[in-house]
Amino acid sequence: MPEVAVVAFAQSPAVRRTEASGNGVELLVPLFQQVYTDTGLSKQDIGFWCSGSSDYLAGRAFSFVSAVDAIGAFPPISESHVEMDAAWALYEAWVRLKLGEVDTALVYGFGKSSAGELRRVLALQLDPYLMTPLWPDSVSIAGLQARLGLAQGRWSERAMAEVAARSRADAVGNPEAQLSGTPTVAELLEEPYLADPLRAHDCAPISDGASVVVLAAGDRARELCARPAWITGLAHRTDSGQLGSRDLTAAPSAVAAARAAGGDGVQLAELHAPFTHQEILLRQELGLDDARINPSGGVLAGNPMFAAGLSRIGLAARHIHAGAADRTLAHATSGPCLQQNLVCVLEGGD
Amino acid sequence: MAQLAAVLGTGQTHHAAKRLDVSMAGLCREAVDRALADAGVELADIDAVVLGKAPDLFEGVMMPELHLADALGANGKPLLRVHTAGSVGGSTGVVAASLVQAGIHRRVLAVAFEKQSESNAMWALSVPTPFVMPVHAGAGGYFAPHVRAYIRRAGAPGHIGALVAVKDRRNGALNPHAHLRQPGITLESVQASPMLWDPIRYDETCPSSDGAAALVLGDETAAKAAPGKVAWVHATAMRTEPTSFAGRDQVNPRAGREAAAALWRDAGITDPLRQVDVAEIYVPFSWFEPMWLENLGFAEAGQGWKLTEAGETELFGRLPVNPSGGVLSTNPIGASGLLRFAEAARQVQGRAGAHQVDGARLALGHAYGGGSQFFALWVVGADRPGG
Repeated sequence: MPEVAVVAFAQSPAVRRTEASGNGVELLVPLFQQVYTDTGLSKQDIGFWCSGSSDYLAGRAFSFVSAVDAIGAFPPISESHVEMDAAWALYEAWVRLKLGEVDTALVYGFGKSSAGELRRVLALQLDPYLMTPLWPDSVSIAGLQARLGLAQGRWSERAMAEVAARSRADAVGNPEAQLSGTPTVAELLEEPYLADPLRAHDCAPISDGASVVVLAAGDRARELCARPAWITGLAHRTDSGQLGSRDLTAAPSAVAAARAAGGDGVQLAELHAPFTHQEILLRQELGLDDARINPSGGVLAGNPMFAAGLSRIGLAARHIHAGAADRTLAHATSGPCLQQNLVCVLEGGD
Repeated sequence: MAQLAAVLGTGQTHHAAKRLDVSMAGLCREAVDRALADAGVELADIDAVVLGKAPDLFEGVMMPELHLADALGANGKPLLRVHTAGSVGGSTGVVAASLVQAGIHRRVLAVAFEKQSESNAMWALSVPTPFVMPVHAGAGGYFAPHVRAYIRRAGAPGHIGALVAVKDRRNGALNPHAHLRQPGITLESVQASPMLWDPIRYDETCPSSDGAAALVLGDETAAKAAPGKVAWVHATAMRTEPTSFAGRDQVNPRAGREAAAALWRDAGITDPLRQVDVAEIYVPFSWFEPMWLENLGFAEAGQGWKLTEAGETELFGRLPVNPSGGVLSTNPIGASGLLRFAEAARQVQGRAGAHQVDGARLALGHAYGGGSQFFALWVVGADRPGG
C-alpha cells in the first residue's frame, strides 16, 4: 500500500469578515494558484479532489457546488465532498491514495462565518427535537464543559488565561493570524466573562477563511516536495451527540484516534481547540506534555470554520517541510464539546 | 493492490410522504436494523459508518450525523458525512466501498436518508445567492428546458416520458417498500395529468419521500462469513463538472459520459447493453431514462428513446431499468442514490422479491446530482470480479 505525504499547503489569512461571496470561490482561487506554483502541478495533474464545508454556515443549500467553479472543473474531475471540516475530506482523499488509483489529491476547506450568527447557527447541530428549540449557543455549551473541569480541578481560570496569552504571543509572528499580541495573564483575568467561566479570549474568534492541502503518494511525493511530510497515522472517531450522556471532561474519541494513529512521542502538535480549556483537556488526554503546542497561535488566533482542522494538518506539515521537526501531530475536531476528533501523525525522512 | 469489497446486506425503510411515526434517528435505524439483519451482523461488527444526505436545509439540522451518532451505532467509531448533492447516496456507497477496498476496515455501514416532511425542499433549493442562476421553481423548473432540448435533438416522440412513468410506477407496485404504488396507471392517465413544467407532467415527476437506505459492505473474509449471497463490487466511479458555462452540454453531460466510460473500463465491460443484466438509474423526471441511457453508453446519442419505446427497459426487456420502481416511485433525495445502489445489489443477490429480474448477475447502480453535474456509479455482480 503506497505511503502518502502532505506536499503543499496554503491558507488565506483568517479575518473577521471578507467581502467574498458565500460560495468561497474568491477565497479558493488564489490558494489553488499558490499550491500549483509551489508544486509545479496543474489542475489536470490532480487525480482526486475532496472538499469540506457547511451549507448552514453559508446560509444556503449546496454551497459547495459553486466552489467547483474555483477549480475550473472541465474537463470533468474525480471529486467528492464532506459536510464536515476539510480534515475529514483529507481522510477521504488519503483513502483514495491508499487504494493506489491515483497518486495526487487536492483537498480544500472553506467557511464564511460572517454570513450568519455563528453561535446561533451552531445550535442547529444539536438534537433538533429536544435541544435546538432551546437555542443553547455554542459558547455557552463550551462554558458548561469548562465549568465541569474547573469543579473537578482539571484546570483553573489562570491556566486557561495562560493558554490564551501564549497563543496570542505565538501568533505575533504569524501573518495569517487574526488575533495576536502580548497580554499578561493578570490582564486577561481582569476581563469580563462572556459565558461564565469563559472570557472572550478563552474562545476562538469568529473568522472567514479557507485552506488547501496537496497530498501525493510514494515517489510522486518525493518529486513534488524536497522533504514530504509522510502521514504515518491517520484516524478519526466520534462520541455521542447527546451532551448529557458523556463525560464532558474527557475526550474518548480523541484518545482513541490518537492511539490508532500512533500519536506518541511527537515534538510538536497543532491542536484544533476552539476554547482554552479544550487545549488543556486535549493535552492531558493525549499525553502531550512534552510537545510544543500550537506555535502558529492555534485557532484561538483565527478559526475559519471547516478549514481550521485541515489547516492544522497543513501547519504541522510545514514544520517537517522546513526541516524544523521530524515528527508532528495535527488534530481536528467537530461538533459540540469535542464530540468528533481526528488525529494525523506526520514524519519527515524516508 | 486494492482489496475486494462486497455488499453483505441491504435495508430500506417503508417510504411515505410523511413518516410521522419516527424521528430522523428512528427512520435511519429502521433501515440500519434491516441491513444488519440481512447481512447477518450486529452493530458491534461494524468498523466505520458513512452517512450520506442531501442539504442540511432539507430538515433544518446542521450536520445531523452529530446528533444521530447514537442511532447510527457510530459512537467510538469513525463517522464520515458525505454530501454531493442528489448524487450523495451513490457517493456514500462509493466512499464506504473505498474504505474496505483500501484495506482500512473489514465491515462498513453506509446509511443515507432524507426526511423531507421536516422541511420544505422547494424552499431549500430556491435560496437566491449572488452570481448563481436562481431556480425558484424547484428541480423541475431547472430540468424542463434540458428535457425539451433532448426531445428536439433526438427527435423523440412526445409519449416516451409517459411510457417511462407507466413502467416505473407499475414496477413500484411490485415493491413493498415503494412510496407510490400504482398498478392501475396507464399511458392515458399519465398524459391526462396536469402539466407542471412543460413538457413534464405531474405523473412524470418523482414524489417527495421520507425514507432511508442502508447497506453493509465487507472485505473478502467478511463476505465468506456472510450467511447469504453477496454482491461483489466490480467497479465504482465519481465525476464532477461545473453547473454552468458556455457550451456545457446539459442534455448529455461530459462528466456522466466519462464516469460511465471509466466504470465500464474498470469493470471489464465492453458492451454494456449486452453485458449488464439490470440497471437502477436515477430518473427523477421520466424523460431522464432515455437521456441517461445515452449518457451511460447503453445507446448512441439520440437513440435512447428507441430502447424505451420498444419496451426493452421493461422488467422482462433486454435491459430492465428500475425494476424497483426507481426515483419516480420513491424519492427521499439523499437516500435515492443509495437505494439505486442497494437495489442493484439485491438484484444480483437474488433478493429483489416480486421485481426480481431473472438470472441477474451484473447490475448498475447510478446517481446524479446538482445541475446534472455530479455522478456516482457502481457495478455489482453475483460473481467475484475476474471470475
